[in-house]
Amino acid sequence: MSIMDFLLQQSPALIIAIPLLGAFLTPVISRISDKGRNLFVILILAFTAFLVFILAMHVFETGPMTYVFGSTQNVVSNNTVIRILFEVDALSAFMAIIGIIIAFAAAIYSWSFMDNETGLDKYYSLMLLMVVGMLGMVMTGDMFNFFVFLEITSIASCALIAFRTNKANAVAAGFKYIVISTIGALFVLMAIAILYGQYDALNIAKLAQSITFSFADKIALVLLVVALAMKGGIVPMHMWVADAYGRAPASISLILIAATQASLYGVFRVLFTLYGNVITMPSISLGWVMVILGLLTMLIGVIMALIQTDLKRLIAYGAVAELGYIFLAVGTGLTVLTTPENVANIAGYGFEAIKGGIFHIFNDILDIGLLFMVAGALYFATKESSLNKLGGLARNMKYTTVFFLIGLLAVSGIPPLNGFSSKLLIYESIFQLNPILSIIAILASIMLLAIFIKVFQSAFLGPALPQFSHVKEVPKSMLLAMGIVAALIVFIGLFPDLFVTNVVEPAANALINNQEYLQWLTGGI
Amino acid sequence: MIDNLPFIAVAALIIIGLYAVLFRRNLIKIVIGIALIESGVNLFLVALGYRTGSIAPIYTSSPGGIMSYPVPQALTLTSIVIGVAVLALMLSLIIHIYRHYGSLDVRKLGGEDQ
Repeated sequence: MSIMDFLLQQSPALIIAIPLLGAFLTPVISRISDKGRNLFVILILAFTAFLVFILAMHVFETGPMTYVFGSTQNVVSNNTVIRILFEVDALSAFMAIIGIIIAFAAAIYSWSFMDNETGLDKYYSLMLLMVVGMLGMVMTGDMFNFFVFLEITSIASCALIAFRTNKANAVAAGFKYIVISTIGALFVLMAIAILYGQYDALNIAKLAQSITFSFADKIALVLLVVALAMKGGIVPMHMWVADAYGRAPASISLILIAATQASLYGVFRVLFTLYGNVITMPSISLGWVMVILGLLTMLIGVIMALIQTDLKRLIAYGAVAELGYIFLAVGTGLTVLTTPENVANIAGYGFEAIKGGIFHIFNDILDIGLLFMVAGALYFATKESSLNKLGGLARNMKYTTVFFLIGLLAVSGIPPLNGFSSKLLIYESIFQLNPILSIIAILASIMLLAIFIKVFQSAFLGPALPQFSHVKEVPKSMLLAMGIVAALIVFIGLFPDLFVTNVVEPAANALINNQEYLQWLTGGI
Repeated sequence: MIDNLPFIAVAALIIIGLYAVLFRRNLIKIVIGIALIESGVNLFLVALGYRTGSIAPIYTSSPGGIMSYPVPQALTLTSIVIGVAVLALMLSLIIHIYRHYGSLDVRKLGGEDQ
């Protein structure tokens, strides 16, 4: 048992250190054997997943866990402590769980999917680096550290989006992504510098306690929220999403979704924790701004998805629409939190909305992830991604068809799959803020259903096409990865209560009650 | 006024950089714009830690007097290292883009048929 305790105590550091070490060992192992390397990456991710799970269980039971890199006491005079803190609360643990599950699925999927490509040692290294950056972003308690992990994620993702350098589009998409994310990250750094210059602190908890909402703080807030929302793909800053998701290999699109959500996590952390003590000041209608951006994201996402003919770009716009739901729900929660006449409702529909939004982060990653995996499978089998050229594939690819059906029903919120449970929570709660919001959200869902039915019809149904007569079902590793995600979708859809009470509620609580997060200062280390 | 000079330089660098990124059509110039923004942000960080007449923060061989604050300098170093990686990556992508499209003009990029 003592080894378990040790692992638990050190888990925040190990969750970062093990994939990081793995990333740089991968090219070495690649020299020995290709299969060995694939297995090594999967094992590294499995071990990291194990650590994430024990850490998450601990956090859900006993509250935030702090891990100190550096001094545990004052080393310099003037009350300055030189250290970096990792602070894992229920929300961080929640995000880490999703990230590691989807990364694990992506690694299994890559085994066959990337088999024919060259440069796989670099591919796996970068993939692990991306996972490191993503996990670091959600676990760190330090603003500058957040920036560093943000950049690690951006650089690794950009290199992976442009992985197929023989395709002009992929390289252009990679360039677009790196420009967007670098400028975003520099704005984040600027905001961090503004906060640091005023309060002489980089720790999120300490900053949150001393923040006064001066004019400079407002500038920093705008810079942080805009830059992170840009990296999260919120309309009107969504134009990179379709390129990046659409051009990257499907296994990378999967992890990219999770990395995008880590940026959204940054937005929520900034709004609810960093500015949590001052955001409740009246006359700030940030919640409504988020609600309107969420609505726009939803509508523009589905409308753009309607006119796409490329399967992966279509799914990418579907992903944008799904992001809108999350933003809308959390914006509703923030509105309730910040308007004095509504604040009594925070225990009621405000909390429900945030619960729905956070639950939907999980469901969105699984649903859109499954759809991307199916799109990748179609491309793998037919070397074709245009909907105009695909057709009749249900004959050749039985399992893939079933997985696509599960993904399509889940993403459009049809019971009994997981998309339904979170969307129902969102509809019910935003209805109480304003019924029109609910109507638009349901409309967007119906349009999503229509869009994906169209895809289903044109890719899987219809007469058998002669050029696809030789097409076979995809290899087992891809089916296994799709199967894992599909099983999770069905399981969460059938037992949403189990999941909501044990995992989502602590995470939503952590978002609203920032005092737990801030207490390390008084609680002592 | 003279004390605020670094901050005026910061604002100028960031605005010129943003202008280049938004309005220039040549990819290399966009990268130069990003480099300018980055220099601006780095200068801002370093300027925050500096006090007039302060010396380098080397604790073991300090002749006395005020030292500038070391933490922003450490942050800036990290940020510079990240910046180098990003710039190198962007330039290498530009090489690939030039090979594919034969042009560095943003308007010629990203066509569906390529």
